[in-house]
Amino acid sequence: MKQIKKIGFWLLVLFLLILICLPGIWIFVSAFRPNPEILAKPANWIPDRWTLHQFTQMFSINGYVSVPAFKYLMNSVIISSVSTVIAITIGMMGGYAFARFNFKGKNKIFLSLMLARAVPGISLSLPLFILFAKLGIINTSFGVILVYVAMNVPFTIWLTDGFFRQIPKEMSEVARTDGCTRFQAFWNVELPLAGPGIGAAAIFAFLLSWNEYALASIITRTVHSKTLPIGMMDYLDEFTINWAGMCAIAVVMIIPALILTFIVQKHLVSGLTFGGVKG
Amino acid sequence: MGRKIFRSPVMLIMPSILAIGFVIIIPLIFSFYTSFTSYKLTRPDSLFNFVGLRNYERLIDNAKFWYAFGRTILFLAVVLNLELLFGLGIALLINKITWGQRTLRTIMMFPMMFSPILVGFQWKYIFNDNIGLLNNFLYLFGYESAIPWLIDKYLAMGSIMVAEIWANTSIFAILLLAGLLGIPRDPIEAARVDGCNSWQVFKNITLPFLMPFVFIALTIRSLDVGRAYDIVHIMTGGGPAMRTELLWTMIARIGYKDANMGFANAMSYVSIILSIAFTYYFFTKLVAARRDLGQQ
Repeated sequence: MKQIKKIGFWLLVLFLLILICLPGIWIFVSAFRPNPEILAKPANWIPDRWTLHQFTQMFSINGYVSVPAFKYLMNSVIISSVSTVIAITIGMMGGYAFARFNFKGKNKIFLSLMLARAVPGISLSLPLFILFAKLGIINTSFGVILVYVAMNVPFTIWLTDGFFRQIPKEMSEVARTDGCTRFQAFWNVELPLAGPGIGAAAIFAFLLSWNEYALASIITRTVHSKTLPIGMMDYLDEFTINWAGMCAIAVVMIIPALILTFIVQKHLVSGLTFGGVKG
Repeated sequence: MGRKIFRSPVMLIMPSILAIGFVIIIPLIFSFYTSFTSYKLTRPDSLFNFVGLRNYERLIDNAKFWYAFGRTILFLAVVLNLELLFGLGIALLINKITWGQRTLRTIMMFPMMFSPILVGFQWKYIFNDNIGLLNNFLYLFGYESAIPWLIDKYLAMGSIMVAEIWANTSIFAILLLAGLLGIPRDPIEAARVDGCNSWQVFKNITLPFLMPFVFIALTIRSLDVGRAYDIVHIMTGGGPAMRTELLWTMIARIGYKDANMGFANAMSYVSIILSIAFTYYFFTKLVAARRDLGQQ
């Protein structure tokens, strides 16, 4: 009886694993299959022809053939990294202020920052589109970076606030009685201690920018500033879809995200829960 | 410069507030104003054509809007509840495993890395009536007539919900697992010695302890509910015949396709208030839950 229970338990776990992993794996496999094989009926379960066709089409040395994926990739990398660096710098300052100071209306400001983040991208995109067009920063990387900085700041504050709280206040106080200024104490004592947590917040911010669609789809108009999620739509025509091509660009998009999430996972959970529970 | 800034919390928070003010607050004020005009993108001068509450009156009279509104509420209610339930189930399951728990936890985070647009595409591919994984799989078992998952008026909504749940259950699972791992052993053992069964232990000890984590997860999720737009946009685009139209896709359609910005902005405001209300509600619940926990 106990044996059956145990087998059932592991079968359940296995089923869950398949459910979680299979969709992604299917995309990955399809990216390396030629389109006719994807379209085969009845389905061809075990791929017998592997091809890099879609990738060479996107990243060929003499420029692109199908979709300018390299340009999209560069746009994505630049926009995500720059916006992450800025968002983390100013968000960290905010998080430090919330963790270390008491001031009037502290909780209200904290709450309103979080609420600002809750505004759905598509609702925000309407006025941003008009305003950015008037300011002439539509279809520029600068405009997209600006938006992502603002999108990422509230969440960064939440996370870093939690991380700074985990560091005993006394450490900074001791440093300051030894003659450090508040900034020196922050720079030499608290920042290194909160380092891994801030790294996690940075990766989280990077992923949000990397994956964002609703706002970027409106603000970016051409290959000049389009990011990967928007570029992905190039494969989607009104009536037909280049499945293999879309899977290939999906793979390009997911690999950096995969690597970064694996690095970050441990700190991410502790940051979210600690910052949340020990308010 | 750093020295001066670090003396005052106001200076520390100011950059954050400036960024949010410029990108979120000012545009929202602007869109609030345009929701009272008949602004159309094709006619810039209509920006100053003040029409009072007419856009909002049109909203109230618009049956399609109320369908989309109701559908959005239904969608969120179903999706959030199921995500919470499955997340709790997965967390309890993984909590029982002693061997390979960390690996499982990492694998569980897999869907979190997927961009919503990617999730949408991936499930569009799986649910495709002709070449999709699901129909090909059913074909193996003799269901030879292809099921039109994304074209059928009832199945389409369910298919989108599956995609949304697949993508976001892991957030709940991971945060609830963190909560489960943090529960002290003593009260559980004491309860068992006193003769409680598993269900009583779960209901009276585990669940109250988990509540703050439930609200953390719900707060984080509520920040991003609007991203369901991406999934619907790519999977069905609101079709078939607007059967999967949510508020967000309707805003995009009326704002950009019909270029009717004033009307779309009025609708935006409904969706913004909806999102903010969600977040506010869960946030206050979170504050209350952790106050309760602190008193224990």
